[in-house]
Amino acid sequence: MNLYAIRAIYLFELARTWRTLLQSIATPVISTSLYFVVFGSAIGSSMAQVHGVSYGAFIVPGLIMLALLTESISNASFGIYMPRYAGTIYEVLSAPISPLEIVIGYVGAAATKSVILGVVILLTARLFVDFEIAHPVWMLAYLLLTAFTFSLFGFIVGLWADGWEKLQVVPALIVTPLTFLGGAFYSISMLPELWQTITLFNPVVYLISAFRWTFYGVADVNVALSFAMTGVFLVACLAVVSWMFRTGYRLKN
Amino acid sequence: MSAIIHIDQLGKTYSSGHTALSDISLDIQEGEIFALLGPNGAGKTTLISIVCGIVNPGSGRVLVGGHDIVRDYRASRGLIGLVPQELVNDVFETVWATVSFSRGLFGKKPNPAYIEQLLKELSLWDKRDAKLIELSGGMKRRVMIAKALSHEPRVLFLDEPTAGVDVELRRDMWAMVRRLRERGVTVILTTHYIEEAEEMADRIGIIRKGELILVEDKAVLMQRLGRKELILHLKEPLSALPDSLVPFRLERIEEGHGLRYPFDSQDEDSGIPRLLTALAAAGIELRDLKSKESSLEDIFVSLLKEGV
Repeated sequence: MNLYAIRAIYLFELARTWRTLLQSIATPVISTSLYFVVFGSAIGSSMAQVHGVSYGAFIVPGLIMLALLTESISNASFGIYMPRYAGTIYEVLSAPISPLEIVIGYVGAAATKSVILGVVILLTARLFVDFEIAHPVWMLAYLLLTAFTFSLFGFIVGLWADGWEKLQVVPALIVTPLTFLGGAFYSISMLPELWQTITLFNPVVYLISAFRWTFYGVADVNVALSFAMTGVFLVACLAVVSWMFRTGYRLKN
Repeated sequence: MSAIIHIDQLGKTYSSGHTALSDISLDIQEGEIFALLGPNGAGKTTLISIVCGIVNPGSGRVLVGGHDIVRDYRASRGLIGLVPQELVNDVFETVWATVSFSRGLFGKKPNPAYIEQLLKELSLWDKRDAKLIELSGGMKRRVMIAKALSHEPRVLFLDEPTAGVDVELRRDMWAMVRRLRERGVTVILTTHYIEEAEEMADRIGIIRKGELILVEDKAVLMQRLGRKELILHLKEPLSALPDSLVPFRLERIEEGHGLRYPFDSQDEDSGIPRLLTALAAAGIELRDLKSKESSLEDIFVSLLKEGV
């Protein structure tokens, strides 16, 4: 394995984060803090508890998941799209490095950034609301799994996109609405029965439900099913990336 | 010398249906400077891109240092450095960071002393902390060379290395290529500047419409296909050649004010003394005369026109 190459890509990508600290970390933290102020403090103070958890604390896992999903996709898609756009991808393609090593470098860096962001948001949330984490090890494991899976998905988006606009389409027009409708701000048990059934087709429901379980031990859907769904999505993403490299999709003629 | 690059019946047809390379077979010897010449769209960049792993090969086989570029891509790519035609850079990176990144990408342990020496050789040391966006085009070109050399390759591909660079940098690059050759690095360059190939190359390959139409030692090529000619400027214009001058295959030029006499530079008997005697005998007086040797460019143009 070409460990120096993985390290080079990984550090190169992380260096970009430090260069754009305001955009990479500060912006999502500020916007998430605003959610806490509006939904947690202003509106949440007049809301009843949900599943025995104060509303402000209830939305913490959903908000972390919202940031985690959108940032994982954005970071990873930008990371691989930029060298394609600038033409510097020639260097990666001509280097003695396998597709797996390329993926570990780029996706690993994007996932690292997302996890850092998730932890920063978690600490920020603690300033606004009181909460305890019931299953901290599972919380961390699920954070890592989701960050890696959606960074991998972002990597696919970055390879698929043939313009800047397409890079924004998936996080802004698909993931954000699905997260809002996936129980980030409410329990799906609060919905009418028909909508509860429809909501089960939203994959983000499973992510938020499982992540909330790691915090409060309560879930909208079966936790094992949530973990399995995330695992299946990870395997699907790995299969797509593998196909992309095998065929040279958007990388090689 | 042994072949460091062995290309055997390489073909490439893009998905658009365009055939970029047809049945290319070529051996490049270790330590030589090989110039690949050809007009735009001839297939030079496709050939380089396949050897470097940027474009998938179609048919045929390529070995670099004895390693198959598909099956044993790690070993083959590790031997190669590439300076592509386009000036592409991570513009927000510093010179030091981007060159170090390239070394890591090729699986080499960090070696700050080597990077320092490389940057000094390429007159980049003073700019090591500058971001690439702040550099001139010539400096960016030097950075691309530094990146290609960062992992100490045995083969260096230079795709149009001096396109758009000033004379000083071009001379610097020629000197650098010679230094690399002294260290045993094989250099393969494509260029539009025939003068560049004439100045530097040991061997020349000419590619046209995806086919390698000629591979020859430069000196042999210039000897074999090079021609000399004597240009004679006359005091009085000549309306027609006298019969006594017909055997000399003279050509009237400049509306009869001059004559062109082609001769073989390798032939011991150029025929010039006999021609001058015949001219004097015919009463034709000369104002001036000069001899001219065909350049590699002349040979290249005539080869592309006529084929081989």
